[in-house]
Amino acid sequence: MTHPPALAKERLGEVVSANSTTFVAQCYELYGSPPLGGLVQAGNPPIFGVVCEVRTEPLDPSRPVLARGETAADEEEVYRDNPQINRLLTTRFDALVVGYRAEEMYHHRLPPFPPRVHSFVYSCPQDEAGIFAEDLGFLRILARGGGQASEEAIGAAVQWVSAACPDPFSFQVRAGRVLAAELSGDLPRLNAILRRIES
Amino acid sequence: MINGAGVNGQSWEPAGPAGRELGHVVGGSLGQGIEVRLDPTGLVSVEDVKVGSFVTIQGNRSRFFGVVTDIALGTSDARLKNAPPPMDDDLVGQVLAGTVAYGTVSVLPHLTMPAVVGGSVNGGRASLEDSPVAAKTIPSHFAKVYAASQQDVFTVFGQEDDRHFWIGNPLDMDTKVCLDLGELVKRSIGVFGKSGTGKTFLTRLLLVGILQGGQASTLIFDMHSEYGWSGQDTDRGISVKGLKQLFPSRVSTFTLDEESSRWRGSSTDEVVRIGYGEIEPEDVALLRETLNLSDVAASAAYNLQQRFGQRAWMKEFLALQGQTDITDLANQIGVQSQALGALHNRLRRIGRFAFLEEDTRYDAAARIIEHLERGKHVVLEFGRYGNDLTAYILLSNLLSRRIHDRYVELKEKADGGQGREPNPVVIVIEEAHKFLNPSVASQTIFGIIARELRKYNVTLMVIDQRPSAIDSEVMSQLGTRLTCLLDNERDIDAVLSGTAGSRQLRGVLSRLEAKQQALIFGHAVPMPVVVHTREYGSGQSYAEFNAGAGRKAVNIPGVQVETREERLQREIDELF
Repeated sequence: MTHPPALAKERLGEVVSANSTTFVAQCYELYGSPPLGGLVQAGNPPIFGVVCEVRTEPLDPSRPVLARGETAADEEEVYRDNPQINRLLTTRFDALVVGYRAEEMYHHRLPPFPPRVHSFVYSCPQDEAGIFAEDLGFLRILARGGGQASEEAIGAAVQWVSAACPDPFSFQVRAGRVLAAELSGDLPRLNAILRRIES
Repeated sequence: MINGAGVNGQSWEPAGPAGRELGHVVGGSLGQGIEVRLDPTGLVSVEDVKVGSFVTIQGNRSRFFGVVTDIALGTSDARLKNAPPPMDDDLVGQVLAGTVAYGTVSVLPHLTMPAVVGGSVNGGRASLEDSPVAAKTIPSHFAKVYAASQQDVFTVFGQEDDRHFWIGNPLDMDTKVCLDLGELVKRSIGVFGKSGTGKTFLTRLLLVGILQGGQASTLIFDMHSEYGWSGQDTDRGISVKGLKQLFPSRVSTFTLDEESSRWRGSSTDEVVRIGYGEIEPEDVALLRETLNLSDVAASAAYNLQQRFGQRAWMKEFLALQGQTDITDLANQIGVQSQALGALHNRLRRIGRFAFLEEDTRYDAAARIIEHLERGKHVVLEFGRYGNDLTAYILLSNLLSRRIHDRYVELKEKADGGQGREPNPVVIVIEEAHKFLNPSVASQTIFGIIARELRKYNVTLMVIDQRPSAIDSEVMSQLGTRLTCLLDNERDIDAVLSGTAGSRQLRGVLSRLEAKQQALIFGHAVPMPVVVHTREYGSGQSYAEFNAGAGRKAVNIPGVQVETREERLQREIDELF
């Protein structure tokens, strides 16, 4: 299922921890994260990240989540009957830093400093995603980022960005060739990414 | 455009895919050739590149010109072979082509180009006067490789003009490969190939070229009467024009056999007659094999010459009748009577040739030399004697010896300031191994001409199907070799002996097509090249030959040829 980039910039949450290569954001709404592979920006001027893991977990790690829906007719009823769930659980996502904007220029490399904690995190709007991804340099960081991005995440990122392009297939081919150059000695990983792009 | 801006700033469009980027250098050596990885964008397929085609490589400082010697498929991950990806998938196919799975070509760099044509490196600009030199280094890593453009081929082989003759086209390119005529005639030439591979047509083309260029005169010992008036194209079953028909005012035809010439409708200028007095013992020695004479018998001719004198020995000897006379003579001059008898017997056979006369005031050699000195090209048609190797060897040796003597004399006079340099002459002989095989090459005049007569402005064009039978010393003196298909190992070895890169050329030579393809290497071309030889025999080809010949009047050294403008200027100067 493809989740194309939204037209408008939307505030999703805040950075709760960050280092040079990744940042973790907590969403304001439960299940309010961008899709896997989606492009987000944190802070101003923005630092760009690709969502490579989304998770929903208890706010207090010492209080495990219990199953509550034994008598409920459907899942929605569980949430309706237990409104506290929205306060006990939270959605967080990890984003791999793939570039930043400085003085109106986009750079496909790690920023000098990671985003500040509590920086607002926004979804990347369609037009800006198109401009940022045009160069495809972000894929090199993803592919070579110490293996932190899974094949699935990389494939999903290509798919997500291509949805913002006028000719998605030719973008996918271009992106695939950049990845092939980076992963020329790792055919299985390349194959896995390509299969994900096509799905 | 990659090679776009041409010489002298003229814009030039490459024909077809020539001139486009093929890839970049990834490894290699000067000896083994350079490995080029095809364009990683996947736009160039291995199927677009053919072995034998020309490429240029833009190094940092120099530009190289080379030829594709091999094509291969490569992969960056060995696992690709074991687990091929689903290639019917569009995305996977397009992504992997040129990146993980790619093509490589091996290129042998032959030449360094004079400067950058059309590029901006160093602001260099080539002119056609600069000539490429043999490559002594290789381009650095990642130098870009381009298919050679028409302009590149022009820079290397020269544009068709009065010094360069269009001999054919490179394979898969609609460009002209030209021979440097000056270099061609400066040293001896060899034309080789199996029977029926187009030696005669190639020779015709070379002769037209030499004639067009005007750098030399030619004397053609036309064994099968196929160069003078007309020849046969046995494949197409048509008759093709000879030199005399194409260039009537510049070609003189001599014939040994007036009757045959008349039947063939050939217009001949003179009929050759040879007096007995012109035959020397050396001619007999050369005919030893064809006449089946022993060494002793052949050398008896020298004794006869000593006894009777050069002018009279053969006449006197053939006048002898009966065994007694011969035995008496043998005793007088101290040779075996049997040997002398055998010699007598064989010489009588020669004496029956109609072109031989006991006494003739006609001096064929002098007449031929006269024509040659006037810058004419002489074809000597053998008519029905063409099938008689004895007549062919006898005549060509005898006449060439006279020409040799005359040219040595002229040249020495010119060196002493007593006359002008003799006009260079190329003597064309067929079945060359009969004159130049190791056992006789040291004795015949052709051996001498091949070895040293370049100094005296006489060179040979030898046409043969068994180059291995030619003396290796003579072979080594051939400046330019043109060879059609050869498949005998020894012949290939003989042709390629002493040539750089002969290992690669071997493969090329044995892969030539049986018709209209030739490998050319030596002084007349800056690098070995396989050409599809130019067409000969159509109306258009004749028109092109005539147009080429019209470009330049015959330029005899020492005789100033004025252009119209020069003449006008001179007359104006004289008037005022």
